[in-house]
Amino acid sequence: MIYAAALFAILVTLGLALIRALLGPTVFDRIAAINLFGTKTVLLIAVIAFYTKRLDLLDIALVYALINFISVIALQRLVAQKEFHSGPDHNDQGGQKVFAAKEGQS
Amino acid sequence: MTILDLLSWLCLTLGGLVGVIGAFGLLRFPDFYSRQHAAGTTDTLCAMLILLGLGLQAGLSLAAFKLAAILLFLIITSPVATHALANAARQSGLKALTSDDTSDDNSGSKP
Amino acid sequence: MRTLLYSLVLLAFWLLLSGHFNNPLLVGLGLGSVLLTVFLAKRMNILDHESFPIQLSPKLPRFSLYLLKEISLSNLDVLRRILSLRKNPISPRVQTLPLPHKTDLGRVLYANAITLTPGTVTLELQGDNIIVHALSKESAASLATGQMAAAIPEVPAYANPAKGSPA
Repeated sequence: MIYAAALFAILVTLGLALIRALLGPTVFDRIAAINLFGTKTVLLIAVIAFYTKRLDLLDIALVYALINFISVIALQRLVAQKEFHSGPDHNDQGGQKVFAAKEGQS
Repeated sequence: MTILDLLSWLCLTLGGLVGVIGAFGLLRFPDFYSRQHAAGTTDTLCAMLILLGLGLQAGLSLAAFKLAAILLFLIITSPVATHALANAARQSGLKALTSDDTSDDNSGSKP
Repeated sequence: MRTLLYSLVLLAFWLLLSGHFNNPLLVGLGLGSVLLTVFLAKRMNILDHESFPIQLSPKLPRFSLYLLKEISLSNLDVLRRILSLRKNPISPRVQTLPLPHKTDLGRVLYANAITLTPGTVTLELQGDNIIVHALSKESAASLATGQMAAAIPEVPAYANPAKGSPA
Protein backbone atom coordinates (compact mmCIF):
# COMPACT_ATOMS: atom_id res chain seq x y z
CA MET A 1 0.00 0.00 0.00
CA ILE A 2 2.98 2.25 0.65
CA TYR A 3 4.09 1.89 -2.93
CA ALA A 4 0.79 2.40 -4.73
CA ALA A 5 1.03 6.20 -4.89
CA ALA A 6 4.64 6.13 -6.11
CA LEU A 7 3.82 3.48 -8.74
CA PHE A 8 0.89 5.52 -10.02
CA ALA A 9 2.93 8.74 -10.10
CA ILE A 10 5.76 7.07 -12.02
CA LEU A 11 3.28 5.66 -14.54
CA VAL A 12 1.78 9.14 -15.05
CA THR A 13 5.30 10.50 -15.54
CA LEU A 14 5.99 7.83 -18.14
CA GLY A 15 2.79 8.79 -19.96
CA LEU A 16 3.69 12.50 -20.00
CA ALA A 17 7.20 11.73 -21.25
CA LEU A 18 5.69 9.59 -24.01
CA ILE A 19 3.46 12.50 -25.06
CA ARG A 20 6.53 14.73 -25.33
CA ALA A 21 8.32 12.04 -27.36
CA LEU A 22 5.37 11.91 -29.76
CA LEU A 23 5.01 15.69 -30.02
CA GLY A 24 8.64 16.36 -30.73
CA PRO A 25 9.16 18.79 -32.46
CA THR A 26 12.91 18.25 -32.84
CA VAL A 27 14.62 14.87 -32.66
CA PHE A 28 16.54 16.05 -29.57
CA ASP A 29 13.27 16.55 -27.70
CA ARG A 30 12.36 12.98 -28.49
CA ILE A 31 15.69 11.65 -27.28
CA ALA A 32 15.44 13.73 -24.08
CA ALA A 33 11.96 12.30 -23.48
CA ILE A 34 13.27 8.77 -24.05
CA ASN A 35 16.10 9.48 -21.61
CA LEU A 36 13.57 10.54 -18.99
CA PHE A 37 11.48 7.48 -19.81
CA GLY A 38 14.47 5.24 -19.19
CA THR A 39 15.37 6.89 -15.89
CA LYS A 40 11.82 6.54 -14.67
CA THR A 41 11.77 2.90 -15.80
CA VAL A 42 14.73 2.25 -13.51
CA LEU A 43 12.79 3.75 -10.61
CA LEU A 44 9.68 1.80 -11.64
CA ILE A 45 11.60 -1.49 -11.58
CA ALA A 46 13.03 -0.63 -8.15
CA VAL A 47 9.58 0.17 -6.73
CA ILE A 48 8.11 -3.00 -8.27
CA ALA A 49 10.93 -5.01 -6.68
CA PHE A 50 9.80 -3.81 -3.26
CA TYR A 51 6.10 -4.01 -4.12
CA THR A 52 6.30 -7.69 -5.06
CA LYS A 53 8.99 -8.45 -2.41
CA ARG A 54 11.30 -9.82 -5.09
CA LEU A 55 14.51 -7.96 -4.37
CA ASP A 56 16.38 -9.72 -7.20
CA LEU A 57 14.75 -7.24 -9.52
CA LEU A 58 17.07 -4.57 -8.13
CA ASP A 59 19.92 -6.10 -10.14
CA ILE A 60 17.86 -5.62 -13.27
CA ALA A 61 17.27 -1.98 -12.32
CA LEU A 62 21.02 -1.54 -11.86
CA VAL A 63 21.77 -2.99 -15.29
CA TYR A 64 18.95 -0.98 -16.87
CA ALA A 65 20.43 2.25 -15.50
CA LEU A 66 23.69 1.51 -17.34
CA ILE A 67 22.02 0.33 -20.55
CA ASN A 68 19.78 3.40 -20.63
CA PHE A 69 22.79 5.70 -20.46
CA ILE A 70 24.61 3.85 -23.23
CA SER A 71 21.51 3.79 -25.44
CA VAL A 72 21.00 7.55 -25.09
CA ILE A 73 24.63 8.24 -25.96
CA ALA A 74 24.39 5.88 -28.94
CA LEU A 75 21.20 7.56 -30.18
CA GLN A 76 22.80 10.97 -29.85
CA ARG A 77 25.85 9.85 -31.83
CA LEU A 78 23.62 8.35 -34.52
CA VAL A 79 21.62 11.56 -34.86
CA ALA A 80 24.79 13.65 -34.99
CA GLN A 81 26.15 11.50 -37.80
CA LYS A 82 23.14 10.98 -39.97
CA GLU A 83 21.81 14.53 -39.99
CA PHE A 84 18.21 13.45 -39.73
CA HIS A 85 17.37 16.27 -37.38
CA SER A 86 14.43 18.10 -38.84
CA GLY A 87 11.23 19.63 -37.67
CA PRO A 88 8.99 22.66 -37.82
CA ASP A 89 10.96 24.98 -35.56
CA HIS A 90 14.38 23.67 -36.42
CA ASN A 91 16.61 26.10 -38.24
CA ASP A 92 19.01 23.87 -40.09
CA GLN A 93 20.90 26.34 -42.20
CA GLY A 94 23.88 26.19 -39.85
CA GLY A 95 23.87 22.46 -39.30
CA GLN A 96 24.97 21.23 -42.70
CA LYS A 97 28.09 23.34 -42.74
CA VAL A 98 29.16 22.34 -39.26
CA PHE A 99 28.87 18.66 -40.01
CA ALA A 100 30.63 19.00 -43.35
CA ALA A 101 33.53 20.75 -41.63
CA LYS A 102 33.69 18.15 -38.88
CA GLU A 103 33.77 15.26 -41.32
CA GLY A 104 36.52 16.95 -43.26
CA GLN A 105 38.65 17.23 -40.16
CA SER A 106 38.43 13.66 -39.05
CA MET B 1 2.24 1.56 10.44
CA THR B 2 5.43 2.63 12.12
CA ILE B 3 7.08 6.03 11.89
CA LEU B 4 9.61 4.59 9.44
CA ASP B 5 6.83 3.42 7.14
CA LEU B 6 5.26 6.85 7.31
CA LEU B 7 8.55 8.55 6.46
CA SER B 8 9.13 6.13 3.61
CA TRP B 9 5.62 6.72 2.26
CA LEU B 10 6.21 10.46 2.45
CA CYS B 11 9.48 10.19 0.52
CA LEU B 12 7.95 7.94 -2.15
CA THR B 13 4.92 10.15 -2.64
CA LEU B 14 6.93 13.35 -2.72
CA GLY B 15 9.31 11.76 -5.21
CA GLY B 16 6.42 10.71 -7.43
CA LEU B 17 4.96 14.21 -7.18
CA VAL B 18 8.27 15.79 -8.20
CA GLY B 19 8.45 13.37 -11.13
CA VAL B 20 4.96 14.28 -12.35
CA ILE B 21 5.66 18.01 -12.01
CA GLY B 22 8.94 17.62 -13.88
CA ALA B 23 7.24 15.70 -16.70
CA PHE B 24 4.57 18.42 -16.78
CA GLY B 25 7.35 20.95 -17.20
CA LEU B 26 8.71 18.84 -20.04
CA LEU B 27 5.38 19.43 -21.76
CA ARG B 28 4.96 23.05 -20.76
CA PHE B 29 8.32 24.68 -21.45
CA PRO B 30 8.69 26.32 -24.85
CA ASP B 31 12.00 25.10 -26.28
CA PHE B 32 14.40 22.17 -26.12
CA TYR B 33 17.00 23.71 -23.82
CA SER B 34 14.54 24.81 -21.16
CA ARG B 35 12.87 21.40 -21.30
CA GLN B 36 16.21 19.90 -20.33
CA HIS B 37 15.97 21.73 -17.00
CA ALA B 38 12.56 20.22 -16.31
CA ALA B 39 13.92 16.78 -17.19
CA GLY B 40 16.81 17.49 -14.82
CA THR B 41 14.51 17.84 -11.82
CA THR B 42 13.05 14.41 -12.40
CA ASP B 43 16.53 12.98 -12.92
CA THR B 44 17.87 14.22 -9.60
CA LEU B 45 15.39 15.04 -6.84
CA CYS B 46 12.73 12.52 -7.93
CA ALA B 47 15.26 9.67 -8.12
CA MET B 48 16.79 10.67 -4.79
CA LEU B 49 13.48 10.81 -2.94
CA ILE B 50 12.11 7.55 -4.36
CA LEU B 51 15.33 5.62 -3.75
CA LEU B 52 15.57 7.12 -0.26
CA GLY B 53 12.02 6.00 0.46
CA LEU B 54 12.83 2.49 -0.73
CA GLY B 55 16.06 2.53 1.28
CA LEU B 56 14.11 3.30 4.46
CA GLN B 57 12.06 0.19 3.76
CA ALA B 58 15.12 -1.94 3.05
CA GLY B 59 16.95 -1.05 6.23
CA LEU B 60 20.63 -1.91 6.48
CA SER B 61 20.89 -4.74 3.98
CA LEU B 62 22.24 -5.71 0.58
CA ALA B 63 19.15 -4.19 -1.04
CA ALA B 64 20.02 -0.81 0.46
CA PHE B 65 23.50 -1.07 -1.02
CA LYS B 66 22.03 -1.86 -4.43
CA LEU B 67 19.73 1.14 -4.16
CA ALA B 68 22.71 3.33 -3.31
CA ALA B 69 24.58 1.94 -6.32
CA ILE B 70 21.59 2.71 -8.58
CA LEU B 71 21.46 6.27 -7.23
CA LEU B 72 25.22 6.70 -7.74
CA PHE B 73 25.00 5.48 -11.34
CA LEU B 74 22.02 7.72 -12.08
CA ILE B 75 23.78 10.76 -10.57
CA ILE B 76 26.95 10.10 -12.55
CA THR B 77 25.31 9.29 -15.89
CA SER B 78 22.39 11.72 -16.05
CA PRO B 79 24.43 14.97 -16.40
CA VAL B 80 26.64 13.31 -19.01
CA ALA B 81 23.63 12.29 -21.10
CA THR B 82 22.03 15.72 -20.67
CA HIS B 83 25.21 17.52 -21.66
CA ALA B 84 25.77 15.22 -24.65
CA LEU B 85 22.25 15.91 -25.91
CA ALA B 86 22.45 19.68 -25.35
CA ASN B 87 25.87 19.81 -26.99
CA ALA B 88 24.63 17.83 -30.00
CA ALA B 89 21.63 20.16 -30.34
CA ARG B 90 23.92 23.19 -30.20
CA GLN B 91 26.33 21.69 -32.71
CA SER B 92 23.48 21.05 -35.11
CA GLY B 93 22.54 24.72 -34.95
CA LEU B 94 19.39 24.56 -32.84
CA LYS B 95 18.91 28.05 -31.46
CA ALA B 96 18.07 28.63 -27.82
CA LEU B 97 15.03 30.73 -27.09
CA THR B 98 16.14 33.76 -25.10
CA SER B 99 13.81 36.08 -23.28
CA ASP B 100 15.60 39.39 -23.74
CA ASP B 101 18.80 40.84 -25.13
CA THR B 102 20.88 40.62 -21.96
CA SER B 103 22.53 37.33 -22.83
CA ASP B 104 25.82 37.72 -24.59
CA ASP B 105 25.46 34.79 -26.94
CA ASN B 106 22.00 34.09 -28.24
CA SER B 107 22.80 32.12 -31.36
CA GLY B 108 23.44 28.42 -31.59
CA SER B 109 25.87 28.82 -34.46
CA LYS B 110 29.48 27.86 -34.04
CA PRO B 111 31.86 30.81 -33.93
CA MET C 1 49.08 0.80 -4.37
CA ARG C 2 46.36 2.05 -6.68
CA THR C 3 46.03 -1.41 -8.22
CA LEU C 4 45.64 -3.05 -4.81
CA LEU C 5 43.01 -0.54 -3.72
CA TYR C 6 41.17 -0.95 -7.01
CA SER C 7 41.08 -4.74 -6.58
CA LEU C 8 39.76 -4.39 -3.04
CA VAL C 9 37.02 -1.99 -4.15
CA LEU C 10 36.01 -4.31 -6.99
CA LEU C 11 36.00 -7.33 -4.67
CA ALA C 12 33.84 -5.51 -2.12
CA PHE C 13 31.50 -4.44 -4.91
CA TRP C 14 31.22 -8.01 -6.21
CA LEU C 15 30.56 -9.41 -2.74
CA LEU C 16 27.90 -6.82 -1.94
CA LEU C 17 26.14 -7.22 -5.28
CA SER C 18 26.11 -11.01 -5.27
CA GLY C 19 25.52 -11.62 -1.58
CA HIS C 20 27.53 -14.88 -1.64
CA PHE C 21 29.92 -14.93 1.29
CA ASN C 22 30.45 -18.58 2.22
CA ASN C 23 30.36 -20.61 -0.97
CA PRO C 24 34.06 -21.15 -1.82
CA LEU C 25 33.42 -21.93 -5.50
CA LEU C 26 31.36 -18.80 -6.15
CA VAL C 27 33.65 -16.53 -4.16
CA GLY C 28 36.62 -18.04 -6.02
CA LEU C 29 34.97 -17.34 -9.35
CA GLY C 30 34.25 -13.78 -8.20
CA LEU C 31 37.88 -13.36 -7.19
CA GLY C 32 38.89 -14.64 -10.62
CA SER C 33 36.66 -12.11 -12.38
CA VAL C 34 38.07 -9.32 -10.22
CA LEU C 35 41.63 -10.33 -11.10
CA LEU C 36 40.73 -10.56 -14.81
CA THR C 37 39.21 -7.05 -14.68
CA VAL C 38 42.26 -5.62 -12.93
CA PHE C 39 44.57 -7.36 -15.41
CA LEU C 40 42.64 -5.95 -18.37
CA ALA C 41 42.59 -2.47 -16.82
CA LYS C 42 46.34 -2.60 -16.28
CA ARG C 43 46.86 -3.87 -19.82
CA MET C 44 44.74 -1.09 -21.30
CA ASN C 45 46.62 1.37 -19.08
CA ILE C 46 43.43 3.12 -17.99
CA LEU C 47 44.07 2.85 -14.25
CA ASP C 48 45.34 6.35 -13.44
CA HIS C 49 44.43 9.34 -11.34
CA GLU C 50 41.49 10.21 -13.60
CA SER C 51 39.67 6.90 -13.83
CA PHE C 52 40.14 6.08 -10.14
CA PRO C 53 40.61 9.39 -8.31
CA ILE C 54 41.47 8.29 -4.77
CA GLN C 55 43.26 11.59 -4.22
CA LEU C 56 39.84 13.26 -4.11
CA SER C 57 38.45 11.07 -1.35
CA PRO C 58 39.27 13.35 1.63
CA LYS C 59 37.38 16.22 0.00
CA LEU C 60 34.50 14.16 -1.32
CA PRO C 61 32.09 14.21 1.68
CA ARG C 62 32.07 17.99 1.91
CA PHE C 63 31.63 18.35 -1.85
CA SER C 64 28.76 15.84 -1.86
CA LEU C 65 26.97 17.69 0.91
CA TYR C 66 27.40 20.99 -0.91
CA LEU C 67 26.14 19.44 -4.14
CA LEU C 68 23.14 17.92 -2.34
CA LYS C 69 22.18 21.30 -0.93
CA GLU C 70 22.55 23.03 -4.30
CA ILE C 71 20.55 20.31 -6.09
CA SER C 72 17.70 20.55 -3.57
CA LEU C 73 17.51 24.34 -3.67
CA SER C 74 17.65 24.63 -7.45
CA ASN C 75 15.16 21.77 -7.80
CA LEU C 76 12.65 23.66 -5.67
CA ASP C 77 13.25 26.78 -7.76
CA VAL C 78 12.65 24.95 -11.06
CA LEU C 79 9.56 23.20 -9.68
CA ARG C 80 8.19 26.57 -8.55
CA ARG C 81 8.74 27.95 -12.05
CA ILE C 82 7.03 24.96 -13.68
CA LEU C 83 3.94 25.38 -11.51
CA SER C 84 3.92 29.18 -11.71
CA LEU C 85 0.75 30.59 -13.20
CA ARG C 86 2.42 33.66 -14.62
CA LYS C 87 2.55 33.99 -18.36
CA ASN C 88 6.33 33.89 -18.53
CA PRO C 89 7.86 32.23 -15.46
CA ILE C 90 11.18 31.57 -17.14
CA SER C 91 13.78 33.81 -18.76
CA PRO C 92 16.19 31.45 -20.52
CA ARG C 93 19.59 32.72 -21.59
CA VAL C 94 22.93 31.49 -22.88
CA GLN C 95 25.95 32.73 -20.98
CA THR C 96 29.69 32.40 -21.29
CA LEU C 97 31.46 31.99 -17.97
CA PRO C 98 35.18 31.71 -17.14
CA LEU C 99 36.51 28.25 -16.36
CA PRO C 100 39.06 28.59 -13.55
CA HIS C 101 40.05 24.92 -13.34
CA LYS C 102 43.24 23.76 -14.95
CA THR C 103 42.99 19.96 -14.73
CA ASP C 104 40.68 17.86 -16.86
CA LEU C 105 39.23 16.23 -13.76
CA GLY C 106 38.36 19.59 -12.20
CA ARG C 107 36.73 20.76 -15.44
CA VAL C 108 34.67 17.59 -15.76
CA LEU C 109 33.54 17.86 -12.14
CA TYR C 110 32.59 21.51 -12.59
CA ALA C 111 30.68 20.95 -15.84
CA ASN C 112 28.87 17.95 -14.39
CA ALA C 113 28.00 19.85 -11.22
CA ILE C 114 26.53 22.64 -13.34
CA THR C 115 24.48 20.20 -15.38
CA LEU C 116 23.40 18.22 -12.33
CA THR C 117 21.79 21.22 -10.68
CA PRO C 118 18.56 21.86 -12.56
CA GLY C 119 18.27 25.36 -13.97
CA THR C 120 21.69 25.33 -15.59
CA VAL C 121 23.03 23.06 -18.33
CA THR C 122 26.55 23.02 -19.72
CA LEU C 123 26.43 23.44 -23.47
CA GLU C 124 30.06 23.57 -24.45
CA LEU C 125 33.61 23.93 -23.18
CA GLN C 126 35.66 26.37 -25.21
CA GLY C 127 39.23 26.80 -24.11
CA ASP C 128 39.08 28.60 -20.79
CA ASN C 129 35.39 29.42 -21.09
CA ILE C 130 32.29 27.40 -20.38
CA ILE C 131 29.04 28.08 -22.24
CA VAL C 132 26.00 27.57 -20.05
CA HIS C 133 22.28 27.61 -20.71
CA ALA C 134 20.37 28.96 -17.72
CA LEU C 135 16.65 28.73 -17.13
CA SER C 136 16.33 32.09 -15.41
CA LYS C 137 18.13 35.29 -14.63
CA GLU C 138 18.54 34.22 -11.00
CA SER C 139 20.15 30.86 -11.74
CA ALA C 140 22.55 32.49 -14.19
CA ALA C 141 23.45 35.14 -11.62
CA SER C 142 24.06 32.59 -8.86
CA LEU C 143 26.37 30.67 -11.16
CA ALA C 144 28.23 33.84 -12.15
CA THR C 145 29.21 34.47 -8.52
CA GLY C 146 31.68 31.59 -8.85
CA GLN C 147 30.59 29.96 -5.62
CA MET C 148 30.19 26.57 -7.25
CA ALA C 149 33.49 26.87 -9.10
CA ALA C 150 35.24 27.43 -5.77
CA ALA C 151 33.63 24.35 -4.24
CA ILE C 152 35.05 21.91 -6.79
CA PRO C 153 37.77 19.78 -5.20
CA GLU C 154 40.92 20.10 -7.23
CA VAL C 155 44.18 18.63 -6.11
CA PRO C 156 47.16 20.92 -6.77
CA ALA C 157 49.53 17.99 -7.20
CA TYR C 158 47.82 17.21 -10.48
CA ALA C 159 47.46 20.80 -11.61
CA ASN C 160 50.01 20.35 -14.37
CA PRO C 161 48.89 17.61 -16.76
CA ALA C 162 52.22 17.79 -18.61
CA LYS C 163 53.94 16.06 -15.69
CA GLY C 164 52.33 12.78 -16.64
CA SER C 165 50.24 10.58 -14.43
CA PRO C 166 51.88 9.28 -11.29
CA ALA C 167 50.31 5.87 -10.80
